[in-house]
Amino acid sequence: MINILEKLKDSALTGRGGGCFNTAEKWSLVKLSEGVEKYVICNASEGEPGVKKDRYILEHHAGRVIDGMKIAMDFLGASPGIVYLNPDYYFKFKDRLKKIIGPTPIKVFNKPRQAGYCGGEETSALNTIEGKRTEPRFRPPYPPTSGLYGCPTLVNNVETLYAVSLIARNEYKKKRFYTLSGDIIKDGVYEFPESWTIETVLKETNNWPNFEFFVQVGGDASGEILNHDQLKQEVTGSASIRVYSVIKYDPITLIKGWIDFFASESCGKCTPCREGTYRLHEILNNKEPDWEMFARILDTLSDTSFCGLGCSVPNAVRSYVRNVLNNSHESISNIRL
Amino acid sequence: MIKKQIQITINGKTVKCPEGTTVLKAAKKVGIEIPALCQHDDFCVKANCRVCVVEIKGSSKLQTSCSTIARDGMEIITDSERVKKARNMNLELIFAEHIEKCADCIWRFECPLLHYAEKYKILITTFKDRKGQRQTYKFGNAVEIDGSQCIDCRNCIAACSDLQKINYLEIKDKGSNQEIVPTKKKDHHCILCGQCAVHCPVSAAQEQSNWEVIEPALKAKKEHKNGKKILVAQIAPSIRVSIGENFGLPYGKIVTGHIVAALKELGFDYVFDVNFGADMTTMVEAAELIERIEKKGTMPMMTSCCPGWVNYVEAYHPELIPHLTTSRSPHIHSGGAIKTYWADLMKINPRDITVVSIMPCTAKKYEAARAEMKIKGNFPVDYVLTTREFSFMIKKNGIDFAKLKPAKADDPLGGYSGAAAIYGASGGVMESALRTAHALGCGDDTAGLCKERLEFKSVRGLAGVKESTLQVAGTELRVAVVNGIGNIDPVINNLSAYDYIEVMACPGGCIGGGGQPIPTNEEIRKKRIAALYAHDKDLKIRQAHKNLDVLKVLSWLHKKGHKMEHGVLHTKYKKNTKL
Repeated sequence: MINILEKLKDSALTGRGGGCFNTAEKWSLVKLSEGVEKYVICNASEGEPGVKKDRYILEHHAGRVIDGMKIAMDFLGASPGIVYLNPDYYFKFKDRLKKIIGPTPIKVFNKPRQAGYCGGEETSALNTIEGKRTEPRFRPPYPPTSGLYGCPTLVNNVETLYAVSLIARNEYKKKRFYTLSGDIIKDGVYEFPESWTIETVLKETNNWPNFEFFVQVGGDASGEILNHDQLKQEVTGSASIRVYSVIKYDPITLIKGWIDFFASESCGKCTPCREGTYRLHEILNNKEPDWEMFARILDTLSDTSFCGLGCSVPNAVRSYVRNVLNNSHESISNIRL
Repeated sequence: MIKKQIQITINGKTVKCPEGTTVLKAAKKVGIEIPALCQHDDFCVKANCRVCVVEIKGSSKLQTSCSTIARDGMEIITDSERVKKARNMNLELIFAEHIEKCADCIWRFECPLLHYAEKYKILITTFKDRKGQRQTYKFGNAVEIDGSQCIDCRNCIAACSDLQKINYLEIKDKGSNQEIVPTKKKDHHCILCGQCAVHCPVSAAQEQSNWEVIEPALKAKKEHKNGKKILVAQIAPSIRVSIGENFGLPYGKIVTGHIVAALKELGFDYVFDVNFGADMTTMVEAAELIERIEKKGTMPMMTSCCPGWVNYVEAYHPELIPHLTTSRSPHIHSGGAIKTYWADLMKINPRDITVVSIMPCTAKKYEAARAEMKIKGNFPVDYVLTTREFSFMIKKNGIDFAKLKPAKADDPLGGYSGAAAIYGASGGVMESALRTAHALGCGDDTAGLCKERLEFKSVRGLAGVKESTLQVAGTELRVAVVNGIGNIDPVINNLSAYDYIEVMACPGGCIGGGGQPIPTNEEIRKKRIAALYAHDKDLKIRQAHKNLDVLKVLSWLHKKGHKMEHGVLHTKYKKNTKL
């Protein structure tokens, strides 16, 4: 147990929630921070559409996740731990988790439904657990130095803690979980080497489409859109792959879907996300959308939003226009998105 | 400790500043204005309006200058195309949250939205207004929050919760549906302090205005159409050191003469000084303090001239009512004197007199309209205007305030002592009362113990709670001054430790009141306070009991019998959770 930090360093494990921060580094930051009380939080908010891997892990490897938490708590001298679950997962897994947890000081927290997508953002989660409004905190201080109730706090994703358990027991094989969905037959969650390309994942699962398609990687809302020539790369973020059949989707409907999601999930804290997504939605509902204004708002979102979620609003739209529409849709792609 | 100086460049210009300075402040120091709406020195960084964004070399994203601490060698650009584009976009988005009601808006001459729109040449109408259907929440007759003007900066929330710890305002819903609303929790009550209003950059949180009632009366006066009606204005102790700010004058500049001249120019027949009323209050309060001590009345005695504090007691701690001095507050005292003593002197029917108080305060609107204030059926004060409303009237009428020839307040209710002058600062009321209590308690004995005492410096300053033990007329008095209602708890929880307590609901006292010019922050409060104490030192008489005109009024009231005397000088309180 003493050499867990060394093992984490050797594994080069990065956060599997999508942030990709080096896990060993995060752990040492919490370790080095002074605090009578320290917390370990397992983030099982999984609010990004199209990502189901945490759910899969909780269903099949809950023991490993709790084991990962215990290792972290031992390492940090932290107490208590908190499993932060979205309400669906809470309903589904709370009893089993409590059984596994037993007398260990780990609490199971039910994230209120209205906390929604932004309730998964690390500092929003802290606010939510404290009973405050679900919205991101100003950083610094960062959670490792001042997190839950101002105490040093380690927030790790479900899959990260699962991997920690494997690493500690020398069973880690540099694999990760991929959520596959969309216009494919064999959708679901798969565990494969993290070095696999998107193409390999789709082919190995017999999901490689025989029609014209594009994919969205790393979440169905904030993930990047890639065309079929761009799939010889590893997945990013939360490692979801959604396949879209070109013929099935009208560009405006698709863009609307992404934007409406962000407009309804914005916490309301900062201007670009609260007002910007509202106006993007409004523009899309005009008969003749003002694409120039649309692009200006997107730029402002990525450049000035308070938190990462706001900054990620333009990801899908921009990459879709660049990689898929690629001049085929005149009114949209004539302007620089 | 002197902070280390660091060097940064802003737009290619070398700027030196102390370590720990934000980029926004460093830029301001060298005359580079970065727009900012949610930033306020009274609050922790919120960084939610996103209009103060700048480019910082080495950062991929734009950074908010309000939250970015300057580091040695930092290179900052505030005017690149990228910055302009993003900043203007956020401004345009904010403009569309705020329904323009400029014609009647008392903040239109200072409005930062109009200022930025003009400065950056951006339309205020890029998008359709989206908050047209939003409600206006009214608090008593004093404060309101107009949801159709709110830009979601949340300063009101920070003022109500973090500063005042009243927690009356809440954020309902999320995203574009979010709205500032009064809480539904039954145990939280608005005390009408108006700190939400004085921290609101766009007048969404604001006073319930009365200028639109006063203006027609003044107009009628000018056109000789209002018969026998006499219009009297009286000015609060603290506004003379603050209103100048709205006219480009330096912080803490005393402009009593200009104010009087402006009121006369607007058409008021007489202008009196609430400082006169403050001297009355001191006399009444000091006498009560001595009486309570001698007759072993309810102790500690607490001040009651701050109506926000009175509202707080009545709503949250009615059990403290017996502790409140029964003395009315300064403008109610002078208003009462105007409608009795002065009316008699001038042979005017009190019903023909309209008294308008110019106050730093929103809660004074509520206080003035309390039924128990009436004297023979007349309210001592008919209307209350905030400093902001008054300055709006001056601007609206095209009066060049700074160039006015200073005028003197009218006699005999215009003269005042230094003790009255400091009423506007936290600790001022107590110090004034102590100066007079000391003299009253000593009687004619001015030797030994009873040497004249003027200054009680331990009750001054901006600490949240100021405690000290003072020798007053040979008695040891344990006093506490609460500066801002957010600091009240430790004192309420330890009442037996004190004999006399002053509470001002607003930080700094009236100079930081909810009706004062915007911005009001710690640095500005300090300057306003310093001006008041300097004024006190400059005055010939510095104790209320030496104001001979006040003594004349008090003795006149005494001769009129107990009912009249008591009616003008004292009041009562009751439990009240519904303003």
